[in-house]
Amino acid sequence: MNFAKFFLSALLILSANLCAYSIEKDPEQKGGIKEEIKEYIAHHLKDSHSFGIASYTKENGEKVYIEIPLPVILYDNGFKFFMSSEFKHGKKVVTSNENYYRMYYDKNRIYKTDSEGTFIYDDSNKLLNEKPIDFSITKNVVVMIFTALFMLWLFISLARSYKTNKGISKGMGRFFEPIVLYVRDEIARPNIGKNYKKYMSFLLTIFFFVLFLNLLGLTPIGINVTGNIAITFSLALLTFIITNITANKNYWAHIFWMPGVPKPIRLILAPIELLGVFIKPLTLMIRLYANMQGGHIVIMSIIGLMFIFYNWIGSSLSFVLAFLLMIIELFVALLQAYIFTILSALYFGFANEEHEH
Amino acid sequence: MEKLLEEFSIGLFFWHSLIFLSLIFLLKKFAWKPILDTINEREEGIKDALESAEKAREEMQSLQADNEEIMKQARIERDSILKEARDLKNTIISESKDEAKKEAGKIIQSANEAIRNEKNAAVSEIKKQVAGLSIEIAEKLLNEKLSDNEKQMKIVDELLKDVKLK
Repeated sequence: MNFAKFFLSALLILSANLCAYSIEKDPEQKGGIKEEIKEYIAHHLKDSHSFGIASYTKENGEKVYIEIPLPVILYDNGFKFFMSSEFKHGKKVVTSNENYYRMYYDKNRIYKTDSEGTFIYDDSNKLLNEKPIDFSITKNVVVMIFTALFMLWLFISLARSYKTNKGISKGMGRFFEPIVLYVRDEIARPNIGKNYKKYMSFLLTIFFFVLFLNLLGLTPIGINVTGNIAITFSLALLTFIITNITANKNYWAHIFWMPGVPKPIRLILAPIELLGVFIKPLTLMIRLYANMQGGHIVIMSIIGLMFIFYNWIGSSLSFVLAFLLMIIELFVALLQAYIFTILSALYFGFANEEHEH
Repeated sequence: MEKLLEEFSIGLFFWHSLIFLSLIFLLKKFAWKPILDTINEREEGIKDALESAEKAREEMQSLQADNEEIMKQARIERDSILKEARDLKNTIISESKDEAKKEAGKIIQSANEAIRNEKNAAVSEIKKQVAGLSIEIAEKLLNEKLSDNEKQMKIVDELLKDVKLK
């Protein structure tokens, strides 16, 4: 491990030096590429209204996108449906029931505009246009549906294989059965205790769902579902709701009237503990979001470095670095799924603790 | 924080919650429950199998002890049966010997009796013949006596010479 750390930091320092060197050589041209890479990364990290596969710029400067358009669903005094291809990447205004909508492509947001599609800015360069509530089937929604269907197929076929094979798993289930057992024996049982059974469905689903989405995020199709704050918020909210709904008297007693400490301290502890109830799921949300988001940014930056260097030494070093980081990200994908699950289990455990005072 | 709020999409939150909750529900019903039940069953099965194997081993041991006991008893019984048979044989032999002896005694006795009877019959026959002869002699003697005394005596002697006990 120490060797790996040393190796990585050496590579980082080396590549930073090379980077500085090459930028000095031709600052104008590289600056343009850098901006492009930055935009590209920022755009990739966001959700998208179409399933993009590739894009390139023609010689006459026209940008060509190869992508699958996805349905847009807006709520603006009634639901509006149309395909995302109608926006033409923010160049065209879409008319629906005498309302006009235009997409701000860099932000990937849909705004209500006039028939000309003008964006109105205030003094601090902030958009003032009204935003309809966007229920579109975005790229992330498509990926989630795909993951959900994949999980349904995978685990239902595992359950079926038990029936047809006298209680012994067969095929792909062979690989996943020990993981299910691991979640039960190493995550749920030691952290929750004897009431672990009612949480098993949630823990197993969240573990595999986050794991598959994290792994899908490492594929070159460019998916970033678990690095999206709305997703991690929804996951953490579920943990929060389940923790507090299933909590026993003991749990609430420990929050509002801590037993075993002097009374004045109890008064001080109550607000802190109450804050903790909200902070715990919030950390879950931020941890998963930041790890996945950060991993994507780092990997794509290193890959981008190859194009910034544009020479044999720097680019190949960046390639090696990107390759090593990818291996670490693979581990992080598994680790974050594990951490989310084990911390959820731990919070459920708090809610179910039986104290003997 | 502002960036996070700006990034937050209600639509995505809605879809995710919907998809995730239905996924939990469907998986719980069709996958997790049967999977965990089967795993539990299997674990119970293994536990039961181990227990019953232990029980069987114990039973085997007690059975073996029983077997030995039975063998021992059987051996004793066999010995006693053999002994009885030997005794029986001896008694049968001795009984039949006695019987034979008795039979032989009887046969000898009846033979003796028959011999005695025959002897008696023979003796009485002789007696009859002797009586007849005596009468004949007496007759001849009487006839001779009438002629000569000397001759009479001679005749008696001669006659007596002839007479022999048969």
